[in-house]
Amino acid sequence: MNKYLYLNLFLIVFSNTISCQVENPPKIKPENKISYKIEVVVDEIPIPWGMDFINSEEMLVTEKSGILYRVTNGKKIIIDGIPKAYVRGQGGLLDVALHPDYKNNNLIYFTISIQDGEGSGGNTALYIAKLLDTKIIDLRLLYKAVPNTKKGQHWGSRIVFDNNGHLFFSVGDRGNRDVNPQNIKLDGGKIYRLNLDGSIPNDNPFTISKNAKSAIYSYGHRNPQGLVVHPETGVLWEHEHGPRGGDEINLPEIGKNYGWPIITYGINYIGTTITDKTEAQGMEQPIYFWKPSIAPSGMSFSTSDIYPEWKGNLFVGSLVFEYLERLVIEDNKVVYREKILDGIGRVRNVKQGPDGYLYLGVEGKGIIKILPIQ
Amino acid sequence: MRIFLLIYVFSLFGILFSIQNKPIEQSIEDGSMIYDDFCIQCHGPNGIGLIKTIPPLANSDFLLNIKKSISIIKYGAKGPIIVNGKEYEGNSMISQGLDAEEISDVLNYIKNNWGNSNEIQITVEDVNNIKNPI
Repeated sequence: MNKYLYLNLFLIVFSNTISCQVENPPKIKPENKISYKIEVVVDEIPIPWGMDFINSEEMLVTEKSGILYRVTNGKKIIIDGIPKAYVRGQGGLLDVALHPDYKNNNLIYFTISIQDGEGSGGNTALYIAKLLDTKIIDLRLLYKAVPNTKKGQHWGSRIVFDNNGHLFFSVGDRGNRDVNPQNIKLDGGKIYRLNLDGSIPNDNPFTISKNAKSAIYSYGHRNPQGLVVHPETGVLWEHEHGPRGGDEINLPEIGKNYGWPIITYGINYIGTTITDKTEAQGMEQPIYFWKPSIAPSGMSFSTSDIYPEWKGNLFVGSLVFEYLERLVIEDNKVVYREKILDGIGRVRNVKQGPDGYLYLGVEGKGIIKILPIQ
Repeated sequence: MRIFLLIYVFSLFGILFSIQNKPIEQSIEDGSMIYDDFCIQCHGPNGIGLIKTIPPLANSDFLLNIKKSISIIKYGAKGPIIVNGKEYEGNSMISQGLDAEEISDVLNYIKNNWGNSNEIQITVEDVNNIKNPI
């Protein structure tokens, strides 16, 4: 009996070891031909976490340590009035986004780790403010996740807008995976949906559930650092850092549960199992999972004519492998993956500018722009 | 008023004293929790790092210099660093916002693992004595 037990254990361990090494298809392709070069738009930003474009010459860039820059033709000026960031672990000043009607109202949103409220530590907050040249005024807190915690992990966070007057932002599980992500009465491990003024949309899924967080749009997430509303279909796309071998791409839908940590394709960093389930009733499947993990950050579709061969493709930054990943999607399935700018550095962010070019936030460098070679 | 101040100062000393005298086993255990929260994503569960960008903590000659080791956790890397003869850009190593106790704990954990040699316990005072990036 014991012999079989050991044999079984051995087989389990052995098959786990083997499966860890198998790449989830499609296998990533090296850069096949280099038909582009890069231009540094702005340099010397250690961690350019978030960015958004005022126009083709001007952008806002966050530096994780708590600085918001206004960049004009490559020159960066610090914007005054940003609240103090609680810079701990993965926390700090995170994403920034212009209000869809910024041209008329000069409003901006940003997500930031702060210590406000009860308890030691901090949690992710969403602010709105009016940008006047190089300072912000009328600062207003729209959302603050609770409780505060000294954990350094999983703050999220990205900010995007749909075409129906909503804002989405994400908060990671804050290093408390067994408590937060599956509980709709708690913050953390969620994607939230607000109206542009910060109020809760009437048709949010948990507005009538007792004691539930009514801002929640979807739950069961681990650490989403990529959100984008598809510029043509209007569908919300998300990716999240999973455990080892479990980074995911999801299409979050209203009120749905994405399973963390009940189901996952990944395992703990130290190689131990989190769960033996990769699917369960009432929990959504990712449209893709990265194995090995690429540590995804930032995501954007390319819809311009600047890179004809890339039109319609999805781009995701890889922190751990230091490239930009190009993904070809057909019928919501990943059919091709390719490395772009292999070895460029930890790609923290990617976004399509108003001029149609792809801009990357690269750690230790700053913002770079991809130029096709004619 | 003066008495209150005295009590306050004494109790501060008391707290500092008790922290610095944390047994090494406790410090290592607390340090492992800090490591799993703040360091493991990049340096990995065995301190191996990543070939191109993240230097190893296992068998690391960099860790022989305690002052530099404290500084890099406290303030981040300022420019390229050399570990076991190999140069790393160091850009990704930024301050994690850890306090002095947490820094001493995580260093005690790292220095008592993965082939690193540990002669003396790193204390809160050691961390507080590093007042500028080295």
